[in-house]
Amino acid sequence: MLLGVSVLDLARFQFAMTTVFHFFFVPFSIGMALVTAIMETMYVRKKDPLYKKMTLFWGKIFLLSFAVGVVTGIIQEFQFGMNWSNYSRFMGDIFGAPLAIEALLAFFMESTFIGLWMFTWDRFKPALHAAMIWFVWLGTTLSAIWILSANSFMQHPTGFAINEATGRVKLVDFGAVITNPQLWVEFPHVIFGAFTTAGFAVAGMAAWRLLKHDHVDFYHRSLRVGLTVGLIAVVGAIGVGDLQTQFIIKDQPMKFAATEGVYKDTKDPAPWALVELIDTKNHQVSGNIEIPYLLSLLSYHKTSGAVKGMETVDQELQAKYGKDKNYYVPVKTLFWSFRVMSGGGVLLALVAILGLWFSRKKNNTLLQKRWLLWVLGLCLWLPFILNTAGWLITELGRYPWTVYGLFTIADSISATTTAGQLWFSNIVYFLIFSLLGGVMVYYSHRNLRHGPDADLHTDYGVAADPFAKEAFGK
Amino acid sequence: MSFLQLLWFLLLAVLFIGFFFLEGFDFGVGMATRLLARNERERTQLIATIGPHWDGNEVWLITAGGAMFASYPLWYASLFSGFYIMFFLVLLGLIMRGVSFEFAAHAETARGRSIWRWALFIGSILPPFVLGMIFTAIMQPLPIDSHMDVYAALGDQINLLTIVGGVAVTLMCFMHGLNFIRLKTEGALRIRARAWNQKLSWLLYAGEVVFAVLVFFQTDFFAKRPLSTGLIIVLIVCAAVIQHLGVLQDKELLSFIGSGLGLTLVVALIFNGLFPRVLIGTNAAHSLLITQASASPLTLKIMTIVTCILLPIALAYFIWAYVVFHKRIPEVKAA
Repeated sequence: MLLGVSVLDLARFQFAMTTVFHFFFVPFSIGMALVTAIMETMYVRKKDPLYKKMTLFWGKIFLLSFAVGVVTGIIQEFQFGMNWSNYSRFMGDIFGAPLAIEALLAFFMESTFIGLWMFTWDRFKPALHAAMIWFVWLGTTLSAIWILSANSFMQHPTGFAINEATGRVKLVDFGAVITNPQLWVEFPHVIFGAFTTAGFAVAGMAAWRLLKHDHVDFYHRSLRVGLTVGLIAVVGAIGVGDLQTQFIIKDQPMKFAATEGVYKDTKDPAPWALVELIDTKNHQVSGNIEIPYLLSLLSYHKTSGAVKGMETVDQELQAKYGKDKNYYVPVKTLFWSFRVMSGGGVLLALVAILGLWFSRKKNNTLLQKRWLLWVLGLCLWLPFILNTAGWLITELGRYPWTVYGLFTIADSISATTTAGQLWFSNIVYFLIFSLLGGVMVYYSHRNLRHGPDADLHTDYGVAADPFAKEAFGK
Repeated sequence: MSFLQLLWFLLLAVLFIGFFFLEGFDFGVGMATRLLARNERERTQLIATIGPHWDGNEVWLITAGGAMFASYPLWYASLFSGFYIMFFLVLLGLIMRGVSFEFAAHAETARGRSIWRWALFIGSILPPFVLGMIFTAIMQPLPIDSHMDVYAALGDQINLLTIVGGVAVTLMCFMHGLNFIRLKTEGALRIRARAWNQKLSWLLYAGEVVFAVLVFFQTDFFAKRPLSTGLIIVLIVCAAVIQHLGVLQDKELLSFIGSGLGLTLVVALIFNGLFPRVLIGTNAAHSLLITQASASPLTLKIMTIVTCILLPIALAYFIWAYVVFHKRIPEVKAA
């Protein structure tokens, strides 16, 4: 204990900090791989050099985010052993396999093909070259499936037994682990979120340049590609999010009740609270603005049906898992995160529709709609906040468990890890992340300012040199 | 001990060998950007040799770590938590190194570039040095308690053997990198790399003798398996001789094989000496054994099937990438 902070608090903080930071870049780069691949495919099909320019230009920003995503990802793999060794022992039989498969299947693919994509512009035929970036995208997407199958087990364990002798989890059915119903609502939601992130980020960056009437044709087309990807993805994310809600109501009722800020069982039909003030001590809510029927509709797709409150769920959990634990999750965080995520998602969809409508071929007035360009520009940052909000709900809502119903967070920590080690690593991580995030934003920003006419070939150390291409052995 | 447990013990060795063989030379190239290259143009030429490959090479470490988690979760848990600060330092190095390529390419001022070039250099020395320390630290008995937790004191992590081990691994990676440079570049660097290795070969012999003596006194490897340990050490010296011969006769591929073989055999030495343990306790009763530390037979079976399918596919395109970029990198002309 130092400054009233325990080793467990520090380790949890580290997990939160490293995963949240990592997850700024992961969805962005998964989505950017897709956007870049789409642009290059359009170049291959239409042979319009503008699309090649788009591919190179946005590809550069993709590569920046990919680099930061990769290095912050290695932390995750090491962290389970370093900070959470008791968790690793308990879960190793199940958790390690998806991680190893992720490396064998996905990481090898993305890292090899990204090298091939970067350095073969002038030696592969266009179609073959475009295939390279599609493989990169496939790699990034496959990696999401495997890491989320590990996360899904933590949310909803399947295909396991408890080894009587050791008290640890033992795999009994691998098929059940990868057909985990949680995975198949979680993965599409996350992957649509990734495409949303890149779509709106590209559209937003392009919008800022359009406000300055810079390279109008180039950024205009980029914006339309971004918004098209973004709109399809965000609608997908909302749709799958609804399925996920249906699943969570039954599977983790405490998480669901907290996202709705419901302590007592609701009346039937249940109203949906748009906002409310939550008193977590006395389990009171006040000042709520309610929309009648909506919670029943969201929960059951019907105009009737009550929703269980947290107090009822708490009773059930106590009966099931014992009275020695606190089953209440961080209610306020979940309640507001859910509103930010769902509200933000709907907002993005509306903005995308407006952007696509006003930039349509027949009557394009986008450049005159400066307010809309401003909104689009600001929406560049929104998906990052929404992704984070989603994970806060998913992960904090699992409290007090690391593996739902089986293993608690408190039991997961390494016995050997000291507060000193954690303070040290937390501070250094924080400094490094600030540096990496700052540099990433700064270089992306400068990329934008230099515009698509700058030398776009990824030059890896040859930038200062006019004989660049010779360096790559023709 | 089951067949699958033995197989996965060997497979982990193979994955770590893959890592040290491949990332070994690109760590070495990273070190050479300061030690061998004399100016930015030469640095550029060096970095171009590993540009398309370094990320894939690093995946071998991620795969080895993931496979250790999957096949020997208790080994993974005890090792990573026991050597907390060490692994943290490895991470720091890999982070700085991993972003340096991309960030240097985006930096426009000479100063900004230089910062990321230094990040590459430091990020190429720190991980092999610290990994060398970790791997030599686990050759020695560690304070392990009855819950399999490793309470490694400073002296368990930093002692004569681990320092020599860290230096030796770093030196071997550097020489391996120089041999790679000889294979992949034209001009002055190619010639200078050879001259460097000519001198370093003698340092390597000396280092290997010291290392062998320390292994004899500080570990139970010779006591437990005298024959194989002795044989592998002799082979390590042979690898150094092969490397040296390749330098003397200007046979670049031979040198590269020699230096790669050296790193391979170091991993082999450690896994051979550990067997049938994975971590050695000062209290022998608390040593972590293969039989205790592994995952269940079903997990091992599934991992075996998956690896048999995926690894060959990954290797195919991995090797293809080396074929695509097989040509030498010419000198970068002055602007």
